[in-house]
Amino acid sequence: MVQSSRQSKRIAILDYGVGNLKSAFKGLRRVGADCRITADPFFIRDADGIVLPGVGAFKSGMKNLEPLREILSDAVAAGKPVLGICLGMQMLLSLSEEGGLIDGLGYIPGRVVRFPQDMGLKIPHMGWNTLKVRHDHPILDGIMDGAYVYFVHSYYAVTAKDELTVATSRYGVDFAAIVTSSNGNVVGTQFHPEKSGEIGIKMLENFLRMCSTSTKNFKSLG
Amino acid sequence: MLAKRIIPCLDVTLDEASGCVVKGVEFVNLRRAGDPVELAKRYNEEGADELIFLDITASSDRRRTMIDVIERTGEDVFIPMTVGGGISEIEEIRNILRAGADKVTVNTAAVKKPELVDAASEIFGSQCIVTAIDCRRNFEDLEGKEIVELEDGTKVWYEVVIYGGRTPVGIDAIWWAREVERRGSGEIMLTSMNTDGRKDGYDLPITRAISEAVDIPIIASGGAGTLEHIYEALTVGKADAALAASIFHFREIEIKEVKRYLKERGVEVRL
Repeated sequence: MVQSSRQSKRIAILDYGVGNLKSAFKGLRRVGADCRITADPFFIRDADGIVLPGVGAFKSGMKNLEPLREILSDAVAAGKPVLGICLGMQMLLSLSEEGGLIDGLGYIPGRVVRFPQDMGLKIPHMGWNTLKVRHDHPILDGIMDGAYVYFVHSYYAVTAKDELTVATSRYGVDFAAIVTSSNGNVVGTQFHPEKSGEIGIKMLENFLRMCSTSTKNFKSLG
Repeated sequence: MLAKRIIPCLDVTLDEASGCVVKGVEFVNLRRAGDPVELAKRYNEEGADELIFLDITASSDRRRTMIDVIERTGEDVFIPMTVGGGISEIEEIRNILRAGADKVTVNTAAVKKPELVDAASEIFGSQCIVTAIDCRRNFEDLEGKEIVELEDGTKVWYEVVIYGGRTPVGIDAIWWAREVERRGSGEIMLTSMNTDGRKDGYDLPITRAISEAVDIPIIASGGAGTLEHIYEALTVGKADAALAASIFHFREIEIKEVKRYLKERGVEVRL
């Protein structure tokens, strides 16, 4: 159960494979989170928010996440804030075209597709690109249109409804840079906030604030 | 729009407790230039888009010190970090990424054992694996090579060199660039020994030739002395990023200054 007396918010960074998790950890700690890189179901269940990081391929990501899937889904059902980053964001969608047609977590209706290969673009899309804000979301508090964030990816999400794409970026096509569930509690960034300098740190701070706000809702659910 | 990247390179030698930063002139005659963690923080504040740490001593027993540098830098610096220098094992790559780095560069080990590129990109993802290609002009034995024409019309080919630029291996650099792309490398960091350390401009002919030969991003390295040089590497050379070491270390040019200059000249940069 969530303790109301706790000062700093507890964030579980899901550890389910390889990759750099330390940057997300340090970024969240910087903004005052009590965070842990963990696969411990008890810590995850009691956390105020969950970060789903990820690099690599969709299929192996989903496979590695399998042991934590139920507890993650329970948290989402209870309205606990979840932040998916990069592949972690893509896994929030219904399915991906990477490596066939692979089912995702389905918290955000939509699919993940590859950048068109006939446009002469270098793939992966790697580097700093600008955000175009499309809809309000607490993750964007204090973030201006045109802010630069750091991307590394070859696939991107297409949400089933326009309003679930909070911000876009442009690389040959306009693609979803930030997506959300319809209740706003699940949010995903295609870019790496933990590698996006001050702008990214600001977003992690915004996520932490989402965790504070929703704790009350979560508690009121009993 | 995707911005062109400016990347300061920290050539780290770890012969003292906390390590120090140096920059080679044609890879010899090393000069000291400060503490790596402090320098990394300064670059971050000045608007660096990424940081590359090259361990130029690169002995395995000192790897731990580089990991410590990455971990300490990561406390305050939230931009991508790449580590290179003598990396030859999957386990080393794993440890470096776990310490908070986003990418590694492989160089000599990739030439000697190209399967390392396949294995590393398979395990960690292509985006993590940067192949550093060091090369130099060869004016002889042109037959069967990818010929590059220099500004004055001279025809040369570029030969891959390893062990910090000392040993030529007979491999064509353009062929090698395509090969590492095919094997899964996500990016190429290209250094020409003919321009490195001279501050007389990047080697534009080979930078352009390799940028056009592959579909992965190219980091131009070796030879930056002026703002114009960096502009040329990103436009004439078609590079996606420009790397420099000594001009930034010794504050001959500041990163902000570079970016303002590029912006004025119509190059997309993160300001």
